[in-house]
Amino acid sequence: MANYLDISHVSMEFPTKNGPFKALDKVNLKIERGEFISLIGHSGCGKSTVLNIVAGLHQATEGAIILEGKEVNQPGPDRAVVFQNHSLFPWLTVYENVEIAVKQIFKGKKSRAEIKQWVEHNLQLVHMSHALHKYPAEISGGMKQRVGIARALAMEPKVLLMDEPFGALDALTRAHLQDSLMEIQAELNNTVILITHDVDEAVLLSDRIVMMSNGPAATIGEVLHIDLPRPRDRLVLADSPEYNHYRAEVLTFLHQKQAKPDVPMTNKGQQSAPENAQGAPVKKPPELKQVVGG
Amino acid sequence: MQSQAQSFMHHTIRYMNLAGFSWLTPVVRLAMGENPREQAQEIARRIGLPLAAILMFLAFWSTAAAQIDTSLGKFPGPAAVYAAGQSLWQDHQASREKETAFYQRQEDRNAKKLAANPDAEVKIRPFTGAPTYVDQIFTSLKTVFTGFIFASVIAIPLGVACGLSPLLNTAIAPIVQVLKPVSPLAWLPLVTMVVSAVYVSEDPLFPKSFLNSAITVTLCCMWPTLINTAMGVANIDKDLINVGRVIQLNWFTQVRKIAVPASLPAIFTGLRISLGIGWMVLIAAEMLAQNPGLGKFVWDEFQNGSSESLARIMFAVVTIGFIGFVLDTVMLSLQKMVAHDGEQQH
Ligand SMILES: Nc1ncnc2c1ncn2[C@@H]1O[C@H](COP(=O)(O)OP(=O)(O)O)[C@@H](O)[C@H]1O
Ligand SMILES: [Mg+2]
Repeated sequence: MANYLDISHVSMEFPTKNGPFKALDKVNLKIERGEFISLIGHSGCGKSTVLNIVAGLHQATEGAIILEGKEVNQPGPDRAVVFQNHSLFPWLTVYENVEIAVKQIFKGKKSRAEIKQWVEHNLQLVHMSHALHKYPAEISGGMKQRVGIARALAMEPKVLLMDEPFGALDALTRAHLQDSLMEIQAELNNTVILITHDVDEAVLLSDRIVMMSNGPAATIGEVLHIDLPRPRDRLVLADSPEYNHYRAEVLTFLHQKQAKPDVPMTNKGQQSAPENAQGAPVKKPPELKQVVGG
Repeated sequence: MQSQAQSFMHHTIRYMNLAGFSWLTPVVRLAMGENPREQAQEIARRIGLPLAAILMFLAFWSTAAAQIDTSLGKFPGPAAVYAAGQSLWQDHQASREKETAFYQRQEDRNAKKLAANPDAEVKIRPFTGAPTYVDQIFTSLKTVFTGFIFASVIAIPLGVACGLSPLLNTAIAPIVQVLKPVSPLAWLPLVTMVVSAVYVSEDPLFPKSFLNSAITVTLCCMWPTLINTAMGVANIDKDLINVGRVIQLNWFTQVRKIAVPASLPAIFTGLRISLGIGWMVLIAAEMLAQNPGLGKFVWDEFQNGSSESLARIMFAVVTIGFIGFVLDTVMLSLQKMVAHDGEQQH
């Protein structure tokens, strides 16, 4: 099945105070079932916008999202999303955070015992069985992200959408989670779109890396097939010439072809260009403004 | 063993923090033999310091009071106020004894009657003594909670609606801003007239004066809850809403399972401010509405003008302040309980 997911001529205009702002221009991408796609590009180019349109959270102004031959334009559990800042419900335990999704999606399809089993199974996949009854505030950032992934997996999505899921984590935790994700991927063979600004992450995890040009009116610049055998081991790959070649291609795209004009590129074209030069800003939930009456 | 004691201590401290007794934690730590020197310093700081300030305040009060001559005699100092408190307590106990005796007498009489004639009709007449100071306190609490509950029942759903709908919020914001600063003294005459006109019944469930005070409390204290709830709902993390959309919760479930729990901390912040305002406003409302309660007590003593009146009023002031403090502490504990950022204690 060649066209499992078809992102077809998608353009996006946001209405702003200074007139419409064209964020995306005719984004075209066909994705196969079981494929792992990374979306990489400079911060602000429109990666999240693409993902949100696929998720149905935004409506494209032009074009369509076609999943298994049917157009989708509403959010649904068949396109589960893992958000950057975990977005767990802080008043629910780890278990309940997954359960709320499972209960809603498998209402009438799974018995109570099956729901419990399914929730536990998915939390086990991400190695979180030890903290079922902890609250999000009681676990680390990496663990929260694991739970977020478990919640998304538990929806049995046709496509798993991940928006910089490891962006807010430290390098070591990020590596652990990437390994976990590869393990899970080997087992479940999900169709995944992962947004990242980490070149190593993209090369390590993906079948294809989709590189986006800078906005406004961003579109797909280049697509890079990663033909590294699986399972992949970051230690082995570190010395592999193919791996470094792929890495260099992505870096060249980002730092030479799509160099941000406002960022001085001192080490243009050098191998040692900083991989994470533009650490994406870590989104924080809006501060609760408290109003004192009287 | 060691670790069990530790965990016991941590639990105790956690509950004390929740209940607003965090100033007692060094005492617990000291009792558990943790770092005696540090704990002693902590006790001196957190208990000793406020205690010293209270003593200084009492000293200032009693010297200042001795300087003030009123038409009812000297302004009462702490000692006079303490004595007034004692006498109010004795009055209360005396009244309760009378009441018990009154019912006992009736029961004895009825028992005798029944012994003589098993078919005799027996009645128990209710005791009709004047309400004591303690009764007044409970009336005031009942009134303020009635008003507060009315306010919450109106303000929370309305606040949720405003938070969900920017249109509704924009529409009613000016009305709220104008009504918010209105004093209870302005509301009361209006409430009184409306209640008299609307609430007509032969055998009313509540006295009118009670309703007047409670509704005035409602009108004055609903605004902080309304505003905070709206703000809390409007500021929910967008991603949480999006999770709800992805799993396709319907609108009502979205509100019930996401919007309301997510804004509970904001709602409780509002409720706490509301209850504080309600209690403050109640005394004025009771005074004017002649609803039995602490406000009426103060007013009656003022009208009496006996030599003990000022001390009694001052005792009422202390009582009002203390109850306000307790109410605030309780609300603060509730607020901490629903807070999501549960600080890690282990
Ligand atoms: N709701 C919106 N209204 C207006 N502009 C938006 C909105 N969302 C995103 N944008 C703009 O669209 C562009 C792409 O944003 P985004 O997809 O978040 O970028 P990325 O995820 O690649 O960092 C940015 O210039 C951003 O300012
Ligand atoms: Mg983004």
